Amino acid sequence: MSDVLVGTKKGLFVLEGRPGAPFGVRARAFAGDPVEYAVRDPRTGRTFAGVASPFYGPKLFWTDDLDGEWTQATGLELPAGSGQAFQRLWTLVPGEAEGQLWAGGDPGVLFESRDGGASWTLNRALWDEPSRPDWQPGGGGLCLHSVVPWPGEPDRLAIAISAAGVWLTDDGGASWRRGNQGLVPKYLPEDVPDDEIALCVHALQRAPLRPERVFMQFHGGVYRSDDGGETWTDIGAGTALPSEFGFPIAVDPTDPDSAFLLPLAGDFDRVTPDGRVRVFETRDAGASWAARGDGLPQEHAYLTILRKAFARSGDDAGFELYFGATSGDVYGSGDAGATWSHVAAQLPPVYSVSATG
Amino acid sequence: MPSVRLPGPLKKLAGGRAEHRLPGATVTEVLRALAEEEPATDGWLLDERGHLRPHISVFVNGERSTPEAPVGEADRVDVLQAISGG
Repeated sequence: MSDVLVGTKKGLFVLEGRPGAPFGVRARAFAGDPVEYAVRDPRTGRTFAGVASPFYGPKLFWTDDLDGEWTQATGLELPAGSGQAFQRLWTLVPGEAEGQLWAGGDPGVLFESRDGGASWTLNRALWDEPSRPDWQPGGGGLCLHSVVPWPGEPDRLAIAISAAGVWLTDDGGASWRRGNQGLVPKYLPEDVPDDEIALCVHALQRAPLRPERVFMQFHGGVYRSDDGGETWTDIGAGTALPSEFGFPIAVDPTDPDSAFLLPLAGDFDRVTPDGRVRVFETRDAGASWAARGDGLPQEHAYLTILRKAFARSGDDAGFELYFGATSGDVYGSGDAGATWSHVAAQLPPVYSVSATG
Repeated sequence: MPSVRLPGPLKKLAGGRAEHRLPGATVTEVLRALAEEEPATDGWLLDERGHLRPHISVFVNGERSTPEAPVGEADRVDVLQAISGG
């Protein structure tokens, strides 16, 4: 059985089942509140949920028992006197050291936990980054949405912020440097000076078997880095992709040349192009892309798939893929994206999807 | 001391009690005292800057009020979720 954690506008849904048939609702939590992101740490089984109550502010909760109580994590706040408040949790990722997790959020902040996610500490080097006053928020806020650890090396990390670009560290976050060479913001005039460019990265994923390779969905562009995020090569332009715009990206854990996208029509029309829902796959590191739509709606289907709503489950050839849409539909594939089926329908608008096999 | 009445979701965090008597000369001071007396509520009404969260409404003796409003010994502060959202 597979578990899919679906964060929605009206709470967390834990779906359970097998790809190929509809899943059941195993549990629901935080009914009525927006759950922006939920994920399970596969090392401990602990489940986390970022809840953004419009009344009581953003909170992170965790539980070791989906049928039991949730506990509020501590430390997800900004320094007193900064004049700013934590706005939203965007992502939570297990780190490479025991008990280590990373959490990213708005306004462009990174937190680290060393106790399995119960308590958190703000990464001061990123908070104090001198260029921070010039960072520009994207449409979803100044969101730190992607954290990609380097397998086996707890101190090496790439993160991405919309719209402050990619940042890299080799010392566990004690210092940061930019990793944006080669990115072209086609949404800005071509003569805007480099140091003023707002780089709207939408998502990053690292290829587990070749950690120096990172795939990126950009705001109007698809890129690949083969040097850990230092430099980037355009792998979207001139391909069969119907659009270079989209939000999430996924990778094949067994093949560093493979990645999956969910293109939307464009930033002017953020729905699946031509009323067809298609996952696009590359098997040659982005040289070519092919549609994988078998089982997905191909007529009159105008879905919006948000940044955190595409997930992989599993680390071997039997991996599964899941994505959800603001329509309340969730789709899954049990054969690496070859065929798809409806996992759930008529949920509240889906903000995030994560999965554990 | 002024009294504070809390909405349902906060009652559970505040020791299961909806009504609390707390020290303070303004609405904000009273809510800060609540967070000190009931630490599980810390950050739920006032953010880390000490600002009242934007979709929380406060009433003093039945009149819509502001975080800076003065409160007296016999006053009652009602904390409500604003009528908003979708």
